[in-house]
Amino acid sequence: MADLVGSLLNLALLASAVRLAVPILLTALGAVYTERGGVFNIGLEGTMIMGTFFGAAATHAVAQALPASQGPLASMLAPLAGMAAAMLAGVLFSLIHALVSVTFRVDQLLSGVALNLLAVGLARFLNILLFGVATQSPGVNGFPPLAIPVLRDIPALAPVATGISPVIPVALALVVAGQWVLLRTTFGLRLRSVGENPHAADTLGIDVARLRYAGVLISGALAGLAGGYLSIEQGRGYLEGMTQGRGFIALAAMIFGNWWPLGALGASALFGYFDALSLRVVAVGVPYQFITVLPHIATILVLAGVVRRATPPAADGIPFTKEEG
Amino acid sequence: MKHVAGRAAAFWVAALVVLVVSACARPAATPPPPAQPKLRIGMVYDVGGRGDLSFNDMAYAGLSRAAQEFGDRVEVKDLEPAAGGENREELLRLLAGEKYDLILGIGFLFTDSITRVAKDFPGVKFAIVDGFIDKEPNVASLLFSEHEGSFLVGAAAALKSKTGRIGFVGGMRIPLIEKFEAGYIAGAKYINPSIEVFSDYAGTTGEAFRDPVKGRELATAQYDRGADIIYHASGGTGIGVFEAAVAKGKLAIGVDADQSLTARPEQRGQILTSMMKRVDVAVYETIKALVEGRFQAGVRTFGLAEGGVGYAVNDHNRAQMQDITARLDELRQQIIAGTIKVPSDRTQLEAFLTTLKK
Repeated sequence: MADLVGSLLNLALLASAVRLAVPILLTALGAVYTERGGVFNIGLEGTMIMGTFFGAAATHAVAQALPASQGPLASMLAPLAGMAAAMLAGVLFSLIHALVSVTFRVDQLLSGVALNLLAVGLARFLNILLFGVATQSPGVNGFPPLAIPVLRDIPALAPVATGISPVIPVALALVVAGQWVLLRTTFGLRLRSVGENPHAADTLGIDVARLRYAGVLISGALAGLAGGYLSIEQGRGYLEGMTQGRGFIALAAMIFGNWWPLGALGASALFGYFDALSLRVVAVGVPYQFITVLPHIATILVLAGVVRRATPPAADGIPFTKEEG
Repeated sequence: MKHVAGRAAAFWVAALVVLVVSACARPAATPPPPAQPKLRIGMVYDVGGRGDLSFNDMAYAGLSRAAQEFGDRVEVKDLEPAAGGENREELLRLLAGEKYDLILGIGFLFTDSITRVAKDFPGVKFAIVDGFIDKEPNVASLLFSEHEGSFLVGAAAALKSKTGRIGFVGGMRIPLIEKFEAGYIAGAKYINPSIEVFSDYAGTTGEAFRDPVKGRELATAQYDRGADIIYHASGGTGIGVFEAAVAKGKLAIGVDADQSLTARPEQRGQILTSMMKRVDVAVYETIKALVEGRFQAGVRTFGLAEGGVGYAVNDHNRAQMQDITARLDELRQQIIAGTIKVPSDRTQLEAFLTTLKK
């Protein structure tokens, strides 16, 4: 029994859970912005794919352009450029979604599905164009890992205190910032107002379309960043299909988190934990199949138990038509 | 004005979609009729396509070697299936319809589609790598004794391990990958019966071959449990295994191709060796047989004796491997001679392990 508790709560498992949670968290946070503004964005999976590709490609390109550069600053430059490119790619890609679903008021689910299909083809096409092969980019170097000063010297804490990707603290900061933006800033309040009641917001002189664009583009930037984290920090290169549906899991995490950044953090942490657990629990008399099914069971229980009481923004997913006259 | 801008934007979105869709289709160009008819050879890759630095690239290497060597006699064409591989049968039919002389399908996933297409085109010769088809008179099955090569790298891991613990990370849980696992465990236990071998798979679908994130977590978990060498048979997922080896300063063993030659420089030092599966040899030999008019349908197995599997020694790992190559070559001879019978599945492995305990 002590063994079981030990294997459920050891620090290496927690570190693994955090690594697995980050891409889900970033995308879920993006989803919060877009849905708070009243636009479904099921295309976040495709946006992540764009992030994985452009992140790795830009990191590779910058690393090639800076040969023989040494020092900690120089080694940060390439992955930094990669992350920036991943976010930019996410923004541009989600611009299509904003255009189609906000300006043209096309069904938002359709547009999202189309984007997911487009991303798969586009990534492959560009990879062939740039690297001559269909499914894989050259390997890239990520950021030099961080270590927490004092704690890293305690051997027992080594798994959680060392080898930390700098993206992880950034992601946590973005969650806190997101909570503050949505609750306390004018932009956040207005964004939520167009997601709850765009007609009322409109009569108060708020530019509904512009705020919805902002929500969608922020979601694109964050999903792109999540993709960049996957390909630059975790995969050290782009590989076709490496997002493995995490964009969809992120949507579930957003719903489970009740459309709030802190909620999304809790949900992503839970998903990351069960994911890590399924990869780590030593099967002591537990059939292998049961363990691999754990994350999915957790998801279903969570969705059945919590999401029933979740309250989405009232105008979520409904295109807004400005009333004339 | 606003409408015009909207329409223009819509047009560009549509144009982009058309561009991408047409880019994915890659229609086969019809070659100009040659003065003397050359043998035409087509190849369709497995999911993952060219650039996987292992399986498909090995097949390509065999094809291009044949194209170079018999340049005046053959004409080659290679095609990549869509991301999920669902159009592989269409591509086979496309080539068969154009009356190619030999069509190669790379990967066990072609088993059903080649069986069907071969029935419809009895005049065309087919070959499949990794798939077992013995009933069709125009299909050659090219199989490998992966368990024999895995036995040798398992022995290498046991000889090199300092902790008495080693690991295996498989891609999709299928009999083919369990064959790698069985050979590996057998080789390790043959050297050191008390060695502990951790074994994990990334999943139960084809996706399990392209999940480096999972590969890295699985390998990290095994290293955390004390393993100091991990062998992967998991395609692109293995990139994550190498990354975990870099992060933990431990060793890993590659698969299919000599992976230290293609890995990132940081990973190179962590790759002890690779289990070579010479898909290039099988592809080349099959084309050569066709050119020389001795193509044979039926099953052909490439094992240690045929040079179809083995372990890699190169400039990067020579220093690390030199004290054990003599022992490995001795084992290799014993396997070829039949004194060691390497198990190829779980049941055989159990039986093999009981013989060791005596």
